[in-house]
Amino acid sequence: MSSLRQYLPAAIVLAAGLALWEAVVYAFSIQFYLLPAPHVIVRSLGETYPVLVEAGLYTLTEALAGYALGCGGGILAAMAASRSPAFTDLVLPYAIASASVPIIALAPLAIVWFGVEQGSKIAIVTLMTFFPTFISALRGLSSVTPPALELMRSCAATERQVFVKLRLPHSLPFVFTALRACTTLAMIGAVVSEFFGGPVKSLGVYIKSTASLFQTRQAWSAILVTCALGLLFYAAVALLERLCMPWRGEGGET
Amino acid sequence: MSPPIIEAIGVGRTFRSRAGATEALRDVSLSIEAREFVSIIGPSGCGKSTLLRIVGDLVEPSTGTVRVNGKAARQARLDRDYGIIFQTPVLYDWRTVTENVRLPLELAGRPHAEREARPRTLLRLVGLEAFAEHYPWQLSGGMQQRVAIARALALHPPILLMDEPFGALDEMTRERLNLELLQVSDETAATVLFVTHSIAEAVFLSSRVMVMSPRPGHIERVVTIDLPRPRADGMRAATRFFELVTTVRESLHEDPALARDAAPPDMRRP
Repeated sequence: MSSLRQYLPAAIVLAAGLALWEAVVYAFSIQFYLLPAPHVIVRSLGETYPVLVEAGLYTLTEALAGYALGCGGGILAAMAASRSPAFTDLVLPYAIASASVPIIALAPLAIVWFGVEQGSKIAIVTLMTFFPTFISALRGLSSVTPPALELMRSCAATERQVFVKLRLPHSLPFVFTALRACTTLAMIGAVVSEFFGGPVKSLGVYIKSTASLFQTRQAWSAILVTCALGLLFYAAVALLERLCMPWRGEGGET
Repeated sequence: MSPPIIEAIGVGRTFRSRAGATEALRDVSLSIEAREFVSIIGPSGCGKSTLLRIVGDLVEPSTGTVRVNGKAARQARLDRDYGIIFQTPVLYDWRTVTENVRLPLELAGRPHAEREARPRTLLRLVGLEAFAEHYPWQLSGGMQQRVAIARALALHPPILLMDEPFGALDEMTRERLNLELLQVSDETAATVLFVTHSIAEAVFLSSRVMVMSPRPGHIERVVTIDLPRPRADGMRAATRFFELVTTVRESLHEDPALARDAAPPDMRRP
């Protein structure tokens, strides 16, 4: 298991970075509305946290709902597609192409289609997370090695057994790589979609409106909350990954 | 005399690809009695692995017929009449050693008690009971191949098909596993069809060695190995062993490269 000592260097770097930030703000007398010092942001966080908690929950709900729909849909679609190599060859180029489309550009249209509330944000997050998950899961399900399949065949395994006992577990590392990357995408999708319009009590709108009023310290504390939520989300999925793949113990490849 | 447990008549196989057709095997016939240990040896690309896969119904022959355990090769596969061991261990890395050995029992829908007991017995047989709960990446190459042997034996198959199983191992591990394999095949009374490109290994293990020609592969010569059974490590130094190695090597002489790396230097002297 990982010990606290392992994280010590990272903690030192964080502390040093914050100290440097403080020092630079004071040394160059930077105006607080341009770049507030860390302790100012923390103080502001203490004052505004009831609003931020509410806004954070609102935005996190969008990210989680879209993530569940997008990743879940991606995995199910990959399972269906993997049953037919011909279909896979047909859809994979389009899936890969759509993964490079900046789906966030659709956010203003999503508001037209799904309303200014959470629906439009969930739709964007769903789209943003669907394709990466679909591609990774499909790669995982179809990249089984020929000898691994020959072994199944030599044991007279049924198609269903090959799927459950070989393709599915083989695809897990691929799927979790996508699931981890999609946590970040989901947070970006939710917050940036909110920039295009949404209720006041959401992180994106809060950041945008405070920043445009030069209330920089409030904007920063909301950004801090966004970062913290993103990290928590990522950590939760990473933990789930460890639980689902116990064979990748310490010393194993990651 | 009992009917042969493995019988191939006029087996040929041509692979077609965009680059054209490749004739891998031509008119191969062989007949193996129950409890025999038969090695197939030949230069790289002579189709010996293809022949083994045809016997196991993993590859379809283009011509000819194969009968295994008194039935068509396909039926023998569906009846799980053979266990197969590949060049690489092909262990599933998400399964522990025990779970890997248990896989054929699960696939065959064997009862729970057997799924629990059989892997334990087999891991004792291959000397890995201490590693039952380890994952494959925690084992050495030799240990992984032992797990593959245990897995192949899970359903008490009358036949073992082995495709250069020790080719990737160092010489010392290989010789130890040769002895273990002989012991296992004796204890389980299995018929073994063993593909190798090591002359010494083929002679040491087998009751007969079938020498294949380069592509298109066919059986050039069958050498009966009359060394006493059970085999012991000391026999590797016996005069008769060297004579048989020489016989097999000379049968392979069309491919000098193979004869060179298959024999240790001291055996090349006249």
